[in-house]
Amino acid sequence: MKYLHLIWASLFRRKTRTVLTLVSIIAAFLLFGLLDAVRTSFTQAGQSANGAARLQSGSKLSFIQTLPKSLLGQIERVDGVKAVTHANWFGGAYQDPHNQVFSFAVAPNYLDLYPEVVVSEAERKAFAETRTGALIGERLAQKYGWKVGDHVPLQSQIFPDKTGSKNWQFDIVGIMHSSDKKTGGFYDQMFLLNWKYFDDTTPYNQGSVGWYVTRVVDVNQADRVAKAIDALSANSDHETRTQTEQAATASWMKQLADIGLIVGSIMGAVFFTLLLLSGNTMMQAVRERTSEIAVLKTIGFSGRSVLAMVLAESVLLLVLGGVVGLALATVVIPAISAGSGGMLNLPSVGAGSWVLGLVLMALIGFAVGALPAWNAMRLNIVDALAGR
Amino acid sequence: MRWLINVLLFVFLLVVMALWVMLPWYAAIVLTVLLAAWLLLTRRGRQALSVANVGISTLGQRLGSTAVIVVGIAGVVGVLVALLSMAEGYAETLRKTGGTDTAIVMRGASASEVASVLDRDSVTLIQQAPGIARNDKGEPIASNELVVAANLPIKGGGPDEAGSVQLRGVSEQTWTVRPQVKIIAGKRFTPGLRELVVGRGAAKQFAGLEPGQEVRLGTQKWTIAGVFASGDAMESEIWGDASVVADTYRRGSSRASVTVRLADPQAFEAFKTALESNPQLKVDVSTTLAYFSKQSEGVTKVLRVIGITVGAIMAIGAMFGALNTMFAAVAARAREIATLRAIGFPGLPVVVAVMLETMLLALIGGVIGGLVAYLIFNGYGASTMAAGSVGKLSFELRVSPDLLWTGLKWALAIGFIGGLFPAMRAARLPVTTALREL
Repeated sequence: MKYLHLIWASLFRRKTRTVLTLVSIIAAFLLFGLLDAVRTSFTQAGQSANGAARLQSGSKLSFIQTLPKSLLGQIERVDGVKAVTHANWFGGAYQDPHNQVFSFAVAPNYLDLYPEVVVSEAERKAFAETRTGALIGERLAQKYGWKVGDHVPLQSQIFPDKTGSKNWQFDIVGIMHSSDKKTGGFYDQMFLLNWKYFDDTTPYNQGSVGWYVTRVVDVNQADRVAKAIDALSANSDHETRTQTEQAATASWMKQLADIGLIVGSIMGAVFFTLLLLSGNTMMQAVRERTSEIAVLKTIGFSGRSVLAMVLAESVLLLVLGGVVGLALATVVIPAISAGSGGMLNLPSVGAGSWVLGLVLMALIGFAVGALPAWNAMRLNIVDALAGR
Repeated sequence: MRWLINVLLFVFLLVVMALWVMLPWYAAIVLTVLLAAWLLLTRRGRQALSVANVGISTLGQRLGSTAVIVVGIAGVVGVLVALLSMAEGYAETLRKTGGTDTAIVMRGASASEVASVLDRDSVTLIQQAPGIARNDKGEPIASNELVVAANLPIKGGGPDEAGSVQLRGVSEQTWTVRPQVKIIAGKRFTPGLRELVVGRGAAKQFAGLEPGQEVRLGTQKWTIAGVFASGDAMESEIWGDASVVADTYRRGSSRASVTVRLADPQAFEAFKTALESNPQLKVDVSTTLAYFSKQSEGVTKVLRVIGITVGAIMAIGAMFGALNTMFAAVAARAREIATLRAIGFPGLPVVVAVMLETMLLALIGGVIGGLVAYLIFNGYGASTMAAGSVGKLSFELRVSPDLLWTGLKWALAIGFIGGLFPAMRAARLPVTTALREL
């Protein structure tokens, strides 16, 4: 620690070069922060206690196929089930068919199974009592400037009412806030309507249900309960497929894209370039200090401490740039999420990303410092001072 | 004064970059020819060329720092081209699926085929519209189709891992409506039976999709009759007889869409007007080209924005790497440059020489990056859940000449900025101090 001043001085011996190198490192780690946030948002989607305790049962045939409502009572009686609710895909759009609004028609007890979605008691009551009532997520409310009491028309892309019109009218009665972004973050953009109103209005549903959500009493029993639910409809014309919410989300994400591979290859290219770039800087830095290092060794610094000082210098360079880059990513990510109008919902740079980033900084620092540090350690004082 | 020049330089740089981005390739060739003419034919140009020669001939001795520019820029171009080729391949696959000589009819305001429902009467009415091509027997060439999703086990996945595939129920006319669809193994499905033909892309992604094998859709067993290839988005689907599929999915006599072959592309307007003015129908009519291009819009835009964002951040890194290297190169040659200035070389040739050196390295980097991206990613298979569909869409990444040109433009832009500031420093170097420096 007592040499920090010396290391700092040699790092900023050539200000332009160090600053230019730092900017490159900052750019690399900014990118790392952004991409790792994307990767994390993909891998962690649904991965929480709530996600593990909830089961989703959909039609085994395909996710667009509906199930009979008679299953509700049967599932409720399965051993180990705490509560069951159901929902239908509504396929709403606002004003233009391409402004899709994620909208579910849900049973009255739906939100009981989602404790991470916070709605005030009064608003829950209003939702239950208003036939055309709707609960909307806070981000959705922001996006279209909707507030409680607004009368909102939505177009369903799938379901017409009895007259054949696909324009539906809703009254917003409450706003949803999510307390756990991992599983509830999705609900910040959701639009929930009453299943009863939906089923009564469209002639195409006729009492059917899109999927069931079941909360189990004991998480460790989830697999057994899932099998028991599927057994209820085995060999009927409406077989179900039950998965934990965790597994279902993970499987969706996997079908969307192999994000790990894409992020991995981009970061590979970035860090390889960074290795070369900062390696070059360190080589130059040590080469032009040859005589100074020789002087250090002359006045008694051992080869090892010279080695350590050069290594410390390169690690310091990487950590300086890396920390600034990651901090920048921390600032930029919420701005991107806000700027995309709810399209992208990235988590901020988490502890995991910071740890991974710091490890990478140290590793790259050691890698780029190794060769110049080794050269500095092996430096022959007489040759170096003579300029040979 | 110096401050003013720097500000002007910055504004100049912004203007140059803005023009550069929009530059088509033939304008670039004109620029190159003009530059070459200037270099070879004028006195200043020849001076610049000889100074540049000195710099370029010593590149070999500075291999490490030279590599920083080349590899840095190759990395940027490689990643940029690879990411953009994803957008290009996705859009291209969907665009190829449609044409101007076929049209698709769906229920009004349906965003995609899955969301559309047409009842039996509508389907019959649609087929009677004018403008549809007719076969030898005088029947309209139209395929009434039903689009649903099916869960199938994923190839190489766990025992319980299922993915969604788009299942299209088609009528017999479909083979005439879509002549690009060819059976490459097995045979067509037999109408009325639980038989499927599967797209080549779907067969690659899902387990058990080989001719003669059986798959379970819900409780039913379906036999795979054959595999088809079409070179477009249809390859990611599996097809069966529409009436049998409707039965399995309890859809009765309703269909999702009608795809027709038009008598000729000009007949589209008449066809569209006839259907949209029919009071008994509430449908949207578009050419399949327009429909599938629209489906790809959103995803393509997102992919493109991601590619350009990642590319831009990497470009900033590479640019500073280039600046660093070129500042060092200019500093190392300070005495040579000062000598040149002392014996009467003006500033311009020195600036041009440094710029030429950087741009040459950038060009090499750009070519390497583009080439690597082309070799690895052109034709690379990828898949995603497609917008407006209910199954995975397989597509191939496509590194088009346009993309390579974009990559090269980026490389030269990075080289330009990376060379300009060191070049200005070289030209401004006070002769006396530089000469005294040892």
